[in-house]
Amino acid sequence: MSEYILEMNNISKEFPGVKALSNVNFKVKKGEIHCLVGENGAGKSTLMKVLSGVYPYGNYTGDIVYEGKVQQFNEISDSVKVGIGIIYQELALFPDLTVYENIFAGNEQKKGPFVDWNKTIVQATELLQKVKLRVTPETLIKELGVGKQQLVEIAKALSKDVNLLILDEPTAALNEDDSENLLVLLKELKEQGISCIMISHKLKEVINIADKVTVLRDGQTICTLDASEGEVSENVIIKNMVGRDIEDIYPKRPDKKIGETILELSDWTAYDSQLGRNVVKNVKLEVKKGEIIGIAGLMGSGRTELALSIFGNPKNYKIQGNMKMFGEKKVLKHTSEAIKAGIAYVTEDRKGDGLFLLQDIKSNVSAAHLKGISTKGILNLNEEVKVGTTYKDSLYIKASSLEQIVGKLSGGNQQKVSLGKWLFTGPKILILDEPTRGIDVGAKFEIYTIMNELINEGMSIIMISSELGEVLGMSDRVYVMAEGSVKGELTMEEATQETIMELATQ
Amino acid sequence: MNFFGEAKALVKANIRDYGMYIALIFIMLTFTIMTNGLFMSSRNISNLLDSAGYIAVLAVGMTLVIVIRHIDLSVGFLAGFLGAIAAIFLTQMGVSVWITIPAILILGALIGLVNGVLIAKIGIPAFVATLAGMLIFRGALLQVTEKTGTIIIKDDQFNAIGNGFIPSIMQINGLHLLTLLVGLVGILLFVYNEISTRRNKMTYGFEVMSSGLFSAKLVLISAIIGYITWILAGYNGLSWTVIIMIIVVVIYHFLTTKTVLGRHIYAVGSNPEAAHLSGINVQKITYIVFGSMGMLAALSGILFTSRLQSATTTAGTLFELDAIAAAYVGGVSSAGGVGKVTGAVIGAIVMACLSSGMNLLGVGISYQYMIRGGVLAGAVIFDVMTRKQRA
Repeated sequence: MSEYILEMNNISKEFPGVKALSNVNFKVKKGEIHCLVGENGAGKSTLMKVLSGVYPYGNYTGDIVYEGKVQQFNEISDSVKVGIGIIYQELALFPDLTVYENIFAGNEQKKGPFVDWNKTIVQATELLQKVKLRVTPETLIKELGVGKQQLVEIAKALSKDVNLLILDEPTAALNEDDSENLLVLLKELKEQGISCIMISHKLKEVINIADKVTVLRDGQTICTLDASEGEVSENVIIKNMVGRDIEDIYPKRPDKKIGETILELSDWTAYDSQLGRNVVKNVKLEVKKGEIIGIAGLMGSGRTELALSIFGNPKNYKIQGNMKMFGEKKVLKHTSEAIKAGIAYVTEDRKGDGLFLLQDIKSNVSAAHLKGISTKGILNLNEEVKVGTTYKDSLYIKASSLEQIVGKLSGGNQQKVSLGKWLFTGPKILILDEPTRGIDVGAKFEIYTIMNELINEGMSIIMISSELGEVLGMSDRVYVMAEGSVKGELTMEEATQETIMELATQ
Repeated sequence: MNFFGEAKALVKANIRDYGMYIALIFIMLTFTIMTNGLFMSSRNISNLLDSAGYIAVLAVGMTLVIVIRHIDLSVGFLAGFLGAIAAIFLTQMGVSVWITIPAILILGALIGLVNGVLIAKIGIPAFVATLAGMLIFRGALLQVTEKTGTIIIKDDQFNAIGNGFIPSIMQINGLHLLTLLVGLVGILLFVYNEISTRRNKMTYGFEVMSSGLFSAKLVLISAIIGYITWILAGYNGLSWTVIIMIIVVVIYHFLTTKTVLGRHIYAVGSNPEAAHLSGINVQKITYIVFGSMGMLAALSGILFTSRLQSATTTAGTLFELDAIAAAYVGGVSSAGGVGKVTGAVIGAIVMACLSSGMNLLGVGISYQYMIRGGVLAGAVIFDVMTRKQRA
């Protein structure tokens, strides 16, 4: 038998219009902890979904060799059967059920046709000892913190006799103590012969725990580093993560006219009472007239939460700190007040909370500023068509007519409708959250061009982006966020892919 | 594009709306043939519309409630209870009709508002909150009618709402003159409105229907209005119930299609998160929609009580489900954001036609329920299929 428990050879996977993985090679030895790193969208999660059978055999090309045999997983249960356990970033536990019910959910211990609860509880107790979780099996999941829930997930995986454990950003939501415990546990499991693949953005952890590190970038394997050979260091990993050439798709602005400060945040903290933690911590930030501020950082670093806390606080965070607009103190209690104050927020998830997918283009464009097409509360529907036409033309929205249902447009055109909706509110500060996610290069270029035009007209833009190329290509200044706080502010002379990534992975 | 090509494209684009009208006409024709014309007689049509009135106004309110992804189960007994209160005002307390009616409407709106607060502010699921309301108002109705039993109303003005007709001025060839005049005014207003809308669009330089098809549409709809008026004029003319129904539909149609408030309601229904991020106060919209539902429930109670000329202990039983059925037949979608108030009224009339036609044919009540259930399921299946095709 080979020394590898898992070999993934030449894996390619395409989504309509996008090549998510191309010829990825990834090998894991028995009893090692192998970390998988890369930027957002590099293909890590897709690769793990191929491995666990979320994307069934035939949906991708290439071979999966597990314990010396070529495997053809048609569904997740097939990969579970051979001993692969995967723990996703969003925990898949039932909060209102007990620990033991959760551990054996879908894998109930039976005596004849009935569930044998005594056996279940006995086994659950053993598993809890194995993962060093000191709670009774009868505890409800919702009474546990995220760190302990993560341990229950691991216990659940162990209950199915795993040989290969996959963890997708297991420490993303954990505090330092819990993270430390988890890493110690992984090392112990390794002693017991369980191999482990861990996806992580926190490079310090990776260096602490990994035997091997594989870097993915744009759906390709860039390199595999061996810790025992001393190849693993933060610098090397970062260099490999970001080493992409930035294509020159960023239109240049001829002359920058940066004016006075129009938005200022100081000691800005937002507490999410549902999560029970601060999602934005002590942020200090300023935006000047006519500039594009880039906000870089990895997913979950608090960028979107920061935007929402500025934009009238729709999630009802408890907010501390000061916000000044045009030198005056402002407290915005509702999105409508934020719109009135001249802020617009183009959301990251245009289908989820940006657009009215069942409605047509014109009513989407007018939705945030019906005042602009009405008098005394009565709509002028002809005016609406006129406004819709203006934005359809100026934003190059490709659609057969203004009556076209927005849900049927392509991603790029949906994004432009979303942009049109917010431009119609006449904002002074435009917050763009991942403005080019999931849209093709042509549409990207058009959106960048529009951004430059808006800046020239004196608008200010806050651009949240996970694409480093975009941040470097479009911004006038960059703030890098991690774990809810601003880890650094960079001028364009200081900002490089490496410096940003270093701050973002702190 | 030639005339028929354009007409075909128009029907195809609006298949869901037109399908309902076509179904209505089909049902009416079938019953007319099966009853040898008795169904389309002046007297039957007049009765049919009057019997649809109290459900139609509920269905209008219910449509908006369903559009914002909620439901209101309390409206049936709320209508019954408020009808009884109206009866008590008129008989035992001697309050005049002119005070009773606005007072009952305001009371209804306030009760609806309470539902809205429970749902939007406190976060109780609409199904549960209004189910509680249903039980409470059922009890309240029994409570206020317990001592007296059925309360008979002797106020002629009040009773006219459900039974009376507009004065005729004079009869011409046995036809009701004022009804004909109202019909004529209706046609003129419709034609004027259509032409001015079209002209307005043209001044903006927008594409409009070709003049041939446009004239055909005007003639067709004018003919339908004219025909219905003529039928009604052959009996006692337009009833007050029909007048009230028309006023409610016109107001709500205007509100939903031509105002900022209407847009906000549909925005909240189609995507509450996006609506919130667009600066729309989702809570306030929920209050308004439930407030309007309560007010229409009060109106429904007034119509029903007046029709029976009395308040009974069981008034309002199952009204809410009839209203919900009418709204769904009328094309509202439980996924939110889709549905028209005109559809709801047509839905209510379709259901009333079925009852009336089957009664004339002597179909047993057991079969009537089954057939109405089938029509409801069929309408929603048609809805889902056409929606799938478009998406």
